[in-house]
Amino acid sequence: MDFTYTDEQDALRDAVRGLLTKSYSDFEKRRQATKAEPGYSEELWGRLAELGALSLPFAEEDGGAGAGWIETSVVAQEIGRVIAPEPYAVTVGLAGSLVAAVGTPEQRAEVLGAISAGERLVAVAHEEPGRRWKPSASDVKASQDGDSWTVDGVKAPVVQGARADLLVVSAVLPEGGTGLFLVEGDAEGVQREGHPTFEGGRAARITLTAARATPLGEAGVNRTAALATALDTARILVANEAIGIMEVALTMTTDYLKSRKQFGVTLNTFQALTFRAADMYVSLELATSVVQWATMVLEAGDPAAISAAARRSTLMVSRASRHIGQEAIQLHGGIGMTAEYAVGSYTSRLTAIDHLFGDGTFAAGALADGVAGYDALDPLA
Amino acid sequence: MQLELSEQDQEFRTQMREFFTTKVSPEIRDAVAEGRELTKEQIVEAQRTLNDAGYAVPHWPVEWGGQAWSDLQRHIWNEEMMAAAVPPPLAFNASMIGPVLAQFGSQELKERFLPATASLDIWWSQGFSEPDAGSDLASLRTRAVKDGDDWIVTGQKTWTTLGQHADWIFTLVRTDPDVKKQAGISMLLIDMTLPGVEVRPIELIDGGHEVNEVWFTDVRVPGDMLVGEVNQGWTIAKFLLGNERVGVAPVGSTKRSLARAKRLATESGLLSDPLYAARIAELENQLLALELTALRVVANSHNGAPHPASSVLKLKGTEIQQAVTELLVDVAGPGVLNGDGWESRATPAYLNMRKASIYGGSNEVQRQIIAKTILGL
Repeated sequence: MDFTYTDEQDALRDAVRGLLTKSYSDFEKRRQATKAEPGYSEELWGRLAELGALSLPFAEEDGGAGAGWIETSVVAQEIGRVIAPEPYAVTVGLAGSLVAAVGTPEQRAEVLGAISAGERLVAVAHEEPGRRWKPSASDVKASQDGDSWTVDGVKAPVVQGARADLLVVSAVLPEGGTGLFLVEGDAEGVQREGHPTFEGGRAARITLTAARATPLGEAGVNRTAALATALDTARILVANEAIGIMEVALTMTTDYLKSRKQFGVTLNTFQALTFRAADMYVSLELATSVVQWATMVLEAGDPAAISAAARRSTLMVSRASRHIGQEAIQLHGGIGMTAEYAVGSYTSRLTAIDHLFGDGTFAAGALADGVAGYDALDPLA
Repeated sequence: MQLELSEQDQEFRTQMREFFTTKVSPEIRDAVAEGRELTKEQIVEAQRTLNDAGYAVPHWPVEWGGQAWSDLQRHIWNEEMMAAAVPPPLAFNASMIGPVLAQFGSQELKERFLPATASLDIWWSQGFSEPDAGSDLASLRTRAVKDGDDWIVTGQKTWTTLGQHADWIFTLVRTDPDVKKQAGISMLLIDMTLPGVEVRPIELIDGGHEVNEVWFTDVRVPGDMLVGEVNQGWTIAKFLLGNERVGVAPVGSTKRSLARAKRLATESGLLSDPLYAARIAELENQLLALELTALRVVANSHNGAPHPASSVLKLKGTEIQQAVTELLVDVAGPGVLNGDGWESRATPAYLNMRKASIYGGSNEVQRQIIAKTILGL
């Protein structure tokens, strides 16, 4: 068991941090990027592609870099550190891993190659109104007519669904089960209503009306298991993103406590405040341990283990991110409430992540369902 | 990053598990597993079994019985020992005075005391805390005045754990009242059968007798029982307390207790209550986080320098330990008022474990350490 990064992984971190810092170290630049469409910098996305950051988990024969999820997680943490609005986890982690798991060799080469090169933005249209984090489709249906397929129904929210060039759509198959389909973003029958989200991101409500769809991989196959693993992959990646966010939120808070004066002294004179910062550190360290472990489990590739690890890291990160996010604002006082000062946006992004793929209560409930099935946990087994 | 243990460490783990689960008396292990109090004889027997195999003091220098294991191997040894419900070697001997004597003691002191300390032929107790010197240890007042070659010791120690069983006590005493308070302290080893040494029991909220006051009235201590130099006591104490913080997160034993609480909750049908299932799931997850953090700390504490996050282990480790004893009380429910059985022991154990966030540097002291040395506040 080893929690250290290799020299190559450290070098990747440095390169990505350098690039992201150049773009977003000035928080005002991040605000500008999130105010304009499509809510992120297309130029920076291209540069991340040039750096190889968008290709890390994909096989070389599919146009990827043939690295792995540990490398991908390093990038996700750096995205988090500057709360970059680029849709890294949902594109590379969710859409990419689905296509990699299910796609035909041609689809993999085409779609993963395009993601890796930063040429096409791929979004996953899976959530449906009124549902909470299921790995199957409910009301969006797929229909078959000879060799051609169409999909009907409403998908929402779809992160970056309006900007996406290509959609991976989940839909109920005629015979039952959930199939996966590629749908061109501008195809006939695809109506997209994009909107900004509270943390500066973008999402869309997509209405599909007999929209032409290409089965991802072999047609008619139930892909619920693949979807579940892809969602778990994305959960672990956004947990890494959250670790980056929480690290910076804590640093901003301790810096503030050391510099801000009240009653003629700096705030770190008051033990009531420094103890709360110490508790934030405890939350961060514990969450970091679980997320790093979950990332290693993801890299090892066993779907059942990944599912359990994703639940555990989701629960840990959900609890830690609420604690750290709320305390970061409180310890800053009024300035933490303002949009010009970054710390509130960090908490805002943590809240978005918490609800993207399932929050702590959701994860705890799933873990509680299985709690009678084993004696004690052993991460070294 | 690598998920599994190396083959070598995996083998080591198997070897430890095999030893602890087959060589230590089942009566002793059952008593630990069920939270019953051990007799002095059982504690001594368990340590001798370990010592005979070379597993009582693996962290000591090799010439005094140490094993030159890696930090990870020591961690595995400790966790497997606790998971198997084996009582750990007496901390006062194995973790406190032993390493101190090996580091600061004269050759004579080492030869006289170290083998008997490892085998628990001598039972040590710790004479640091005083009524006005707990976390603020430097304020201690017990005095040692030179008289010829000897020291005359007068004063009072408190919270002396298991002092009723002890043969010897290692003490911090004030040998120079006229300098800065940290500078005038020395360490003396005191034979508890000497005239003027009196042990008085302190009854605790769990109804047990675990700690004592130790009074010294003009106790004549031979001069060669001084450890290190005169007035070097503060340095020695810092060394000792630094060792005390290693392995502070009792992951293995807390895990065992939590699994036991879960079994008991299953037997009584309580686990089908979603609130209990969720509470256990949360606790398991926090414990997993703690265990992984302990592994991160072990992996990063090369050359014996502790990882700055070891305060996290003390703080969170004791919180989870306490939460598990609290869970057991709730699982017992009205059975806490029974006259015997596990339910009747749940509340004394819960009350007893309130000590965990107080001893070893209270959790408030740990927060202070995190705030100051890690966060720079």
